[in-house]
Amino acid sequence: MSAVFDSLSRFYASSIGKKILVALTGLALIGFVLGHMIGNLLIFVGKDAINEYGHMLQTALHGGGVWIARIGLLAAVVIHIVATISLTRANRAARLTQYGQHKAQVSSKSSRIMIWSGLTILAFIVYHLLHFTVHAGNDYGTYKTTLHGETVHDVYRMVIAGFSWAPAVIFYIIAMLLLTSHLSHGFSSLFQTLGVATDKSEPLFKKLGYAFAGLILVGNCSIPIAIFFFGYGR
Amino acid sequence: MSQLNLHLKVWRQNGSQPGHFQDIDAPDIPDHASFLEMMDIINERLISKGEDPVAFDHDCREGICGMCSMQINGVPHGPEKATTTCQLHMRKFRTGDTIWVEPFRARAFPVLKDLMIDRSAFDRIQQAGGFVTVRTGAPQDANALPIGKEVADAAMDAAECIGCGACVAACKNASAMLFVSAKAGQLNSLPQGQPEKDRRTLGMVRQMDKEGFGNCTNQYECEAACPKEISVRWITKLNRDYAIASVKDAFGNSPKEAGGGD
Repeated sequence: MSAVFDSLSRFYASSIGKKILVALTGLALIGFVLGHMIGNLLIFVGKDAINEYGHMLQTALHGGGVWIARIGLLAAVVIHIVATISLTRANRAARLTQYGQHKAQVSSKSSRIMIWSGLTILAFIVYHLLHFTVHAGNDYGTYKTTLHGETVHDVYRMVIAGFSWAPAVIFYIIAMLLLTSHLSHGFSSLFQTLGVATDKSEPLFKKLGYAFAGLILVGNCSIPIAIFFFGYGR
Repeated sequence: MSQLNLHLKVWRQNGSQPGHFQDIDAPDIPDHASFLEMMDIINERLISKGEDPVAFDHDCREGICGMCSMQINGVPHGPEKATTTCQLHMRKFRTGDTIWVEPFRARAFPVLKDLMIDRSAFDRIQQAGGFVTVRTGAPQDANALPIGKEVADAAMDAAECIGCGACVAACKNASAMLFVSAKAGQLNSLPQGQPEKDRRTLGMVRQMDKEGFGNCTNQYECEAACPKEISVRWITKLNRDYAIASVKDAFGNSPKEAGGGD
């Protein structure tokens, strides 16, 4: 047991070990981001569709499903952030005197601001959870509706109300732009870190990454834009 | 042949004392001079004026030893692709240009003097696994060990690495992954390297981390700067080999516990 633990702690202490954990948790979070977007787009199908989806999430596995998902996501987010902050600190420490002139030849701007796009997304996640999950500073928790004769949380009304307020819409869109930037490097990068990129597959992973980032941007931003600017559901 | 009038901003530093840029005018530089020959001319002029010449690393001056370094206008080995500083020629510059000349900067490459850096961290990484253990004595027949042409070619590509450190210099994190992956990957690709593959991979990565290099963020500035055009696919392979070696290290039999003959 302790021999295994020693090896695993050496793995985590190493540069590549941490990066592999960042890539694996990144992959899990990419899956979440896609699922979250698809679920939320149900708002365009109708009031009952998104309320039923929300009710399903809340009651899956007798209410345990949502907690399993939350704990899993929390673990992924914590590992992703703790490891990247530790890697970034090591990166800063690896060059103490800066160049007078330093020219980036091939790296994208997005790849050079990963820590900042990531930390802004973290701040957004905290706000987003307070806004729509904890219902801090609002009464969204009291919104109820009837679905198939059952009283359920009115997710539809909450989202419409949430995105009728300009600051929430602006912060949401800024966060989505940074998430797009983060994904445009992170998506293809994870295949390199996991050791599966090849000369043939790398250009494909890159294009898939850009397409995925674009899809998430359009899909997620369509909701606040439709509500705030086009009056959907208001 | 035409002459160039250049202006240089050269990093001057003595050991661990803080350094600074010195402005040096370089008139009448022949355009067929190499960058190092230009530095020689400047040093001759500094010496004749009784000033301290600029210290810089150089050896073969034909692009194969890996000794020359210099960050030239923000790029390791200057603006030419796949070219070492010694093979860079002054005709690539225009008269009136200002040229920034700095050492490769990394905590793991301390400046000795001016543009000279201590790259012995690379030697220690090599000593941690960048070799195959062979018995001395008569070698076996060369054709007794079949190696596919593609495998041999790929290993040869990795073996092109001259260990100059341009990858570290170009990386925003001063990561040595391209160097380490080329040196480990060259041997890990070949049958002769298989017996020590896991030990080599773990040992070299551990030493790399210990030396204080940064971490790879998959931006591939190293590949763009490499005078030997080592591919970042070697980094992909190192990541893969390291993951496999770590799993075996954590869950495989430790040598003394191995009951069987394997």
